[in-house]
Amino acid sequence: MSVASKNDKIVNEKIVENATCTFCGCCCDDITLTVDMDKKVITKAKDACVLGKSWFLNHVIEDKPIARIAGKEVPLDDAIDEAANILMEAKFPILYGMSDTICEAQRHCAPIMDDCGGTIDTTTSVCHGPSGMAFQGVGEPTMTLGEVKNRADFVMYWGGNPAEAHPRHFARYAVTPEGMYTPNGKDDRTVVIVDIRHTKTAGVADIFLQLTPGKDFELLWMLRAACKGFEIPEDCKEICGVDKEVVEDLFQKMKNCTYGVIFFGMGLTMTRGRHFNSGALMALATDLNEFTHFVAKPARGHGNVTGADNVVSWQTGYPFGVNFSRGHPRFNPGEFTTVDTLSRKEADAALIIASDPVANFPKPAIDHITSDKCKLISIDTKNTPTSEAAHVSIQTSTYGINTGGTVYRMDDVPISLRPAFDSPFPSDLEVLTKLRKKVNELSKKANRPYSTKKYM
Amino acid sequence: MKGQLILIPGRSSKQGVGLNKGKLKEEYIRVTNTLELSAEDALENGLETADIVKISNHVGETEVQVKVLKEGKLPVGYAFIPYGPPSSNLFDGETCGTGMPASKGMTIDIKFIKKGVKKKTKLPPKTAIG
Repeated sequence: MSVASKNDKIVNEKIVENATCTFCGCCCDDITLTVDMDKKVITKAKDACVLGKSWFLNHVIEDKPIARIAGKEVPLDDAIDEAANILMEAKFPILYGMSDTICEAQRHCAPIMDDCGGTIDTTTSVCHGPSGMAFQGVGEPTMTLGEVKNRADFVMYWGGNPAEAHPRHFARYAVTPEGMYTPNGKDDRTVVIVDIRHTKTAGVADIFLQLTPGKDFELLWMLRAACKGFEIPEDCKEICGVDKEVVEDLFQKMKNCTYGVIFFGMGLTMTRGRHFNSGALMALATDLNEFTHFVAKPARGHGNVTGADNVVSWQTGYPFGVNFSRGHPRFNPGEFTTVDTLSRKEADAALIIASDPVANFPKPAIDHITSDKCKLISIDTKNTPTSEAAHVSIQTSTYGINTGGTVYRMDDVPISLRPAFDSPFPSDLEVLTKLRKKVNELSKKANRPYSTKKYM
Repeated sequence: MKGQLILIPGRSSKQGVGLNKGKLKEEYIRVTNTLELSAEDALENGLETADIVKISNHVGETEVQVKVLKEGKLPVGYAFIPYGPPSSNLFDGETCGTGMPASKGMTIDIKFIKKGVKKKTKLPPKTAIG
C-alpha cells in the first residue's frame, strides 16, 4: 500500500477540497484529499468511507507500459491503429464497459461502434439492466438524493446491502442526515430492510423482513394488491416467509408516511424474475402515490454507470445493448447484450473499456472472450484479468484522481471531478478520441454508408 | 461428504477494498475465494472455518475456503460468496432474453477436499499487558 507512514514528512503537499470519490454510485463529493505531490500518492482521504479510502489511498503510478500488443510494449499510436483495424475487420465487433470513465470519454463509444457496425453495451446489462427494461415498461417514479435527505420519513432498501456496497448512503443521503423536514435525522425516519439474509445493512433497520429467497415478486405484488384494497393473504408466511401481520403493518407505514422511498439492489435484478421484480417494485411505488408521495431508485454500483446510461440513451435512444449493424440503433437485451454475444460465440472482436469481464462474467462468456476466436482490446487503469488476457492493452489514467470530467451520481445528478495529481498515462478521453478518429478514417476509406453521420 | 446448497454471490466491503488494491493481488484473491456458510449447514456437513471445499454445478467447479457464520446470518441451505473469478466459474451464460445471467440462487454441490489452516489471532505477550 502506498500510504505514507506517520513519520514521513511531506514537503510538497497539496490539499484538494471537495474531491469526488468515483468508486461507487454515491459519488460523494465532499472528500478532502491530502496529496504528496513528490511521491504522487494520496496520503489522506478525509470523510471517505472504507471503500473510498481504499480507492484513493491505493492509487499509485505504476511502472508499466502505456500500450502493449500481444504482451510487447508498443507506442500508443500503434496500439490504437491495431485496435481500429481489429474493429473494422471484425464481422461482429462489440464494445463493453464504460461505467468507470467520464461522460466526455463515453460519448466517443457509440460513434466508434456506429462506424464499424458493431454493438455497444455497458456494465448496466449485468447490473440494473433489468431495471432499465422495467423503466420502459412501467416508468420510473424518481427523485434526487437531496430530496430524500430533506423529505423522506420512510426509507426502504430492498435486495441490496448498502452498508457494504455504498457505505455512506445512510449518513449522507437517506438514514441519519438531518434534513429540512427531517430535523431529527434517523428519529424522524422509519427504515425498512428487505433481504434474504441478515446483512450488515440489517443492523440499521427499524423493521427487517427476511424474505424467502426468490419470493420478492410475490411480496411486491401482495403490497400492490393491498394498494387496490385487497387483503394480505392468510398464507402470506408460506408464500414469502413473512408473517401476514408484519406485511399489513408495513403497508400501513408505507401508506401513512409523508415521503417514502425504496432503494433497490441486485437482489431483485439478478434473481429469477429479473425485470419483472424491478417493474413490480416501481409499479408499487407508483401505486402508493394514491396515498402519499412515494419514489423508487436503483442503487447503482460503479462510479459513472449512471452516466453511461445517460450518454448511450442520449446518443442512441437506448441505455445499453444497442446494435448498429443495420446503420441505425436497435435495442434488444438478450440479443445485443454482452453476456449473450459472448456466450453464443458471436463476437469476434471486443473492445473493453474500464471493465473486467474476464473476472466477473459467466464461464461460457469468459471462455469465448479469452479464446483466439475473439480479439480482445482492453483500455483500463489497472492490471486486471481482462487487461492481462488482451491482445491490445492500453493503460490509462484514473478518472477523479488523475483526470477531471463529468460523472452522474446514482440519482442522475451530474458532478464535476477535481483531480488530485497528473499521471504519465493518457486519459480515456484522449485514447478514445484518437481511436474514434482512426476508426472513422478507416470507415470512410471503406465507403461504409454511415461513416459521415454527425455526432456531437 | 457431499451436499447441496443454493449459492448467493454478492458484493462485500472486503471485496471492494481488495479490488482497489489489485485484482491480481493476494487480498482480492483470498476474499473472492471465501465461501460463507450458515452454522447449521456447516455442522450438518461436518465443515469448519478454513476447510477447503469444491463447489460445482452444471457449468463448472472451483475450490474455495469455508467461513462459518454465526447463527441467523444466513438462511439454512444457502451459501454466500463475494463476486470474483471463483463465482464466475459457476455462472451460466443463459440470460433468458434480458442480458443478465441469473447469478443469484444457483444450486451447487459442495464437497469437502481438505482441512484448512485457521488464522491465529496474535495476542501480545502477558508481560506487555498492563
